[in-house]
Amino acid sequence: MGAQIRVYKRRIKTVSATKKITKAMEMIAASRIVKAQRKVAASAPYAGELTRAVTAVATGSNTKHALTTEVENPVRVAILLVTSDRGLAGGYSSNAIKAADLLTTRLKAEGKDVVTYIVGRKGVAYYGFRERPIVESWTGFTDSPTYADAKRVAGPLIEAVQQDTAEGGVDELHIVFTEFVSMMTQTPVDKRLLPLSLETTAEESEAVKDKILPLYDFEPSDEGVLDALLPRYVESRIYNALLQAAASEHAARRRAMKSATDNAEELIKSLTRLANAARQADITQEISEIVGGASALADATAGSDR
Amino acid sequence: MAAELHVELVAADRSVWSGEATLVIARTTSGDIGVMPGHQPLLGVLESGPVTIKTADGNVVAAVHGGFISFADDKLSLLAEIAELADEIDIERAERALERAKADADAAAERRADVRLKAVTGVR
Repeated sequence: MGAQIRVYKRRIKTVSATKKITKAMEMIAASRIVKAQRKVAASAPYAGELTRAVTAVATGSNTKHALTTEVENPVRVAILLVTSDRGLAGGYSSNAIKAADLLTTRLKAEGKDVVTYIVGRKGVAYYGFRERPIVESWTGFTDSPTYADAKRVAGPLIEAVQQDTAEGGVDELHIVFTEFVSMMTQTPVDKRLLPLSLETTAEESEAVKDKILPLYDFEPSDEGVLDALLPRYVESRIYNALLQAAASEHAARRRAMKSATDNAEELIKSLTRLANAARQADITQEISEIVGGASALADATAGSDR
Repeated sequence: MAAELHVELVAADRSVWSGEATLVIARTTSGDIGVMPGHQPLLGVLESGPVTIKTADGNVVAAVHGGFISFADDKLSLLAEIAELADEIDIERAERALERAKADADAAAERRADVRLKAVTGVR
């Protein structure tokens, strides 16, 4: 007796333990989204001012720079893929990886050689398992990236772009990350970071659009300023991408954990129903056994009397 | 009252200081530069060094490590990867950092720590 109930009870217990964990993770992720969003907002003034400065130099001088000139026949392009370090975030990492795969296929169809740089353990594991080559990877900071992290990522990428293609350098740099649209929507996007197209930078800085830029005095020289400015600009774009990806990761995790918690609740409900039914069945059986036994006894005594 | 210019001092991850000033002195790669209201539009590369912002209520000193200065229309922006106001700097930590940098013979780190200390003790 009761074996069925015991099994149900045990499953209810494990499911509620899991539910507790997922509920905790959901709440942690929710608090981290806010923190990550605040970081995105805090980095906005720097990015805005930098964009303004880049636009000013680019429009105010005729200097050509390796990071702004389009190569006529790009041979090799680099993709920076931003994924997460940890799982349990629903389709977050796999969606970003899928977007990178799409981009890779598209670029390969255009006859370009693609080299991949990866941020986040999930992406590294995916590429490692399929034995696809990774040029360089960075892990351990996708939860809350700092500017120093962005600098570390940007360094080798800028170097690769500045190198000659014949010596193993790349002509273009694309970045694939998950854009934080809202709490409910995060979409993986691919953007070309380098060479800089000035139209897009001008579009990004709305303040610049309406008025004519003043003629700047460059200190020490326009090349010198551009040399110093462009790497910072790339770093700041990568920093922004990392921050948005972090916010998206937390949002995706919160959603995944919310549905896991909801599922666990559902499961507990239906298991409780089953356990109740099993208990009732047991009781009914006991009653009918007792009634059966009693009537059998009654029959037996009635028989002996006769 | 003297004319004033609007100053925004922003680091990569936050806005450090903003307000009105009468004179801003910063160190560019080609030497110290002072910017007053009505200066010609300027875009320069900053060195690691102290930035002094003279306001009506006194001086604001900050340690700035790498970045840019841009000035136009009486608006001055100082962009820095790292920027700290003098009263935010922990002297002991900076001194420790200076010693460590000297021991490691790390010139860049030594310079950073030195700039921090100078900003606190007041260059001007």
